[in-house]
Order: sequence, then structure tokens, then C-alpha cells
Amino acid sequence: MSTYFTKDHEWLKVEGDVATVGITDFAQNQLGDVVYVELPENGKSVSQDDEVAVVESVKAASEVYAPVDGEIVEGNELLVDEPAKVNEEAEGAAWFFKIKLGNASQLEGLMSEADYKAFVETL
Amino acid sequence: MADTADLLRTPLFDLHTELGAKLVPFAGYEMPVQYPLGVLKEHLFTRESAGLFDVSHMGQAWLVGPDHATTAAALEALVPSNMKELKPGKQRYTVLLNDNGGIIDDLMVSRPLAAEDDGRLMIVVNAACKDNDYKVIAAALPENVKLEIVEDRALIALQGPKAAEVMALHAPEAAQMGFMEARPLEFDGISVIASRSGYTGEDGYEISVPAGAAEAVAKALLADERVKPIGLGARDSLRLEAGLCLYGHDIDENTTPVEGNITFCMQKRRKEAGDFPGGDRVLKQLAEGTENLRVGLLLDGRAPAREGAEIRVPGTEEIVGRVTSGGFGPTLGAPLAMGYVPSRLAAIGTELEILVRGRALKAKVAEMPFVAQRYYRKPK
Repeated sequence: MSTYFTKDHEWLKVEGDVATVGITDFAQNQLGDVVYVELPENGKSVSQDDEVAVVESVKAASEVYAPVDGEIVEGNELLVDEPAKVNEEAEGAAWFFKIKLGNASQLEGLMSEADYKAFVETL
Repeated sequence: MADTADLLRTPLFDLHTELGAKLVPFAGYEMPVQYPLGVLKEHLFTRESAGLFDVSHMGQAWLVGPDHATTAAALEALVPSNMKELKPGKQRYTVLLNDNGGIIDDLMVSRPLAAEDDGRLMIVVNAACKDNDYKVIAAALPENVKLEIVEDRALIALQGPKAAEVMALHAPEAAQMGFMEARPLEFDGISVIASRSGYTGEDGYEISVPAGAAEAVAKALLADERVKPIGLGARDSLRLEAGLCLYGHDIDENTTPVEGNITFCMQKRRKEAGDFPGGDRVLKQLAEGTENLRVGLLLDGRAPAREGAEIRVPGTEEIVGRVTSGGFGPTLGAPLAMGYVPSRLAAIGTELEILVRGRALKAKVAEMPFVAQRYYRKPK
């Protein structure tokens, strides 16, 4: 299993041809208390950088982008009932969706954990 | 990162930094939007205990004339509220109007308690509007009434059900004040001017403090475990639940007090006379109604509708209005909004739809405040 990160503060854990996607701990900390999460529909085909999910704090709404091309195979229903989980376990139980990779070569353009940490340092 | 070089700082800036605040540009100031507790918990803490807010960015000024009747008359020329009748030690909410009856700003006016201060009125205006307000006011004042802008005082709000008991430990006479009363107090030996009012729907005070003593007052209050610092984020969600307008969003130069549904700020004498800017138009609206009205909106589900979201009638494609403030109410536990709709659709319970990211969310016109106000009314 490999983990990748994006400049939009998402993480992907890839197992076989499916990636589990969430937002990073840095992102949840910037957002503040999450009160609402909107998930993509199962079966939806998406392209890299499409807006596929929404996460809202008390103050503002933010988009979550598809980190790669593919098909949405599952949304995390836990977040619909307990959006605050995003603040507690952003890089674990509070994943947003699973996507079946449409173009695995896109993973090469993403960041490693070390690269992402360095990227966050520059913000 | 926003360039913070040109931003102003309040006398409590160092304290905000010390308390770990997240600072953002707001109305030309570098202000705390939240502290490490976070917006949601700050909001809830204010409702159950007491929150301390730095609102020093707001404009404080005095109108100074020879006697109350003269100063009150000068202010009445700009606002639709009774000022002549304002008693010593009382405060009133009002609006500055333009010639169309549009709202230039909303403000608080207090008449000092002491007889030697007769002829003085203290005003508190919005930070983003203050420069223009001062211009408008100064230009309209007669020779014998002057505008004195206060630059050397902070303004600290202490809000919440435990505000009064904490305040009484430092300024015992504060306990005797009723809602919308204002008076000078000695706070741990520091001379302050307090009003029993605020912007959260809770009991509490706004305390005008000499800049040099602001940190001492704030620290004295924060030393009490019943008080925590609260940022602008929670201030916004608190006022929204309380049904209070945010200037520049829910009311502005293009809305009158009638459209904005804040006619409570207009007393009978003024409503009959219409002797204020835009008076003819406002009187006509009072008699015949307005095309649009500000209403409260409650949404089904958990998705918040934000400012700018379009409102339509279910089953139609016609956009009839827009959300002017919206978000998630932590105390309500649900999304809530304010917006303008045609008056025929403004009745409580009217079913509407709000468009959020292309989806039509069900909403209903709802009574405001969304969360009951808990102001302190003195027993008669």
C-alpha cells in the first residue's frame, strides 16, 4: 500500500486499483470545526481536479477535488452523520471516498508524505 | 498569505497573539477569527458561560452639544429613532439613513447618566463604515454640536449567561444595570463606560476602556474560568442565531429599515412624522408594504446555505431572492440563514427552496431569533 498527497491537501492510500481519499490533518485544522460533508455518488466517473465532495465548517464551504481520474466506488457514510469525525481522524476513519483508478500513471505526479510535509512548511 | 503590513491593530493585539489566536484581516484590522478552542466550541461556550470579544475595531465617538435636546435633535436629523426621549443612562439601537431611506450603517447610541454630561451622546458604529459615518455625521451637524472621534479606547464585549456574575466581581454596580442601559463604572479601579447589551443574543456588557488599560481588563476577566476569549467566527454564528443583522450583508445602502425588517428601531413619533432622510419613502413603505422583506430561513437537512445562494419557489425556476447571511448554527444544531424574499412569500412557514451547488434544498421562512434571546430585564 502506498500513500500519496496533493497540493489541495488530500491524501490517497492506494491498494490494488482502488484509492481511499481524504483530507489531511493540516486541512482539517485550517478548516476548523466541520459541520457538514457532501459525498460524491457511487458510480460517478470523475476527472482529476473535478470538484467531487464538499466539506463545510461553521464559517465556510470548501471543495474536495478528485486527485486522479476514475470512478467513485464508495462514499464514507459515517461523515454524513458525524461530520466532526473529520476533525478527529482526518487521515484515518474520516476518509471521504474510494475511487477506482482510471489512470494509475497520474499517481506519479502526486507528492510523497515527505514532499507534502515540506510543501506545508512553505505555506 | 494576506499582506498584513497595512492592517491596524487593536490595543489587545499582543494578548490575541499570546492566546494563540488565528488572525485575519477584517475591516482594515488584524483581528482574531478564532482561538485554539475553535469556532464551534467558542460559540457553545459563550451560550453556556461567558465569552470575551475584542471589538475595539468598532468606531466609538461622542456627539457633543450644549444640552440633550440640541444634540438629540441633531442626531434625529440622520436617524429614524427617538433620541430626544432617550433617558440618562439608556442606550438605543438605530440606523443612519441616506436620502432614499437606505441604511448607511447601524449603530448604538447611549446617553450618559451624569447630569454634567448633559448634551453628550456616545455612539458605536461598525468598523468598516466608521470613516464614512463620521463624514456623513460631521457634515450634517449644526454649528453647536461637534463630533469627537474616540481613538484612544478599546471596546471589550463580555457576553453569556455568566457575564453578569463575573462582571460584578470587578464592578459591583454593573449588576444593577438592565438591558440597554449604559453608565460609567470603576472596574478594579479603572474608569470604564459599560452598556448592558451586545451582539450575541445573550446577557452581557460592552465595555469601553482606555487603550492602556484594555489588556488589564481583558486579563482580569479571562483569569476567571467562566470566561474564554472568543473570535469573530463565533461572533458571527452567535449573532446569526440571535437574528441580528450584519451590516453590509443583511442590510445596506439599498435596503430601508422596513425592507430590513428592523422597524423596531423606529418609534411612533418618528414613524408619524417621517422627519428623517428618505422619510417619504419609508412612510410609504410602512403604509403600503415593500416589494421585498428580510426573513429568517430554516433548512431541511444539514447542508448550510451561504451568502449569495439563490432562493426560489418550489416547483418553479424563478429566482425570487437571495441569502444574505447563512451558515450552521452550533446551538441550533442545524443550518440557518437570512435573506430577502418578496413580501408575499415572507409569512412564517412559507415553503421555499435554496439552491446550493445546483441542488434545491428545502427551506421554510422561520421566526427570528432562531435561538431565544436572554437579555437581562430589570424587575419593575
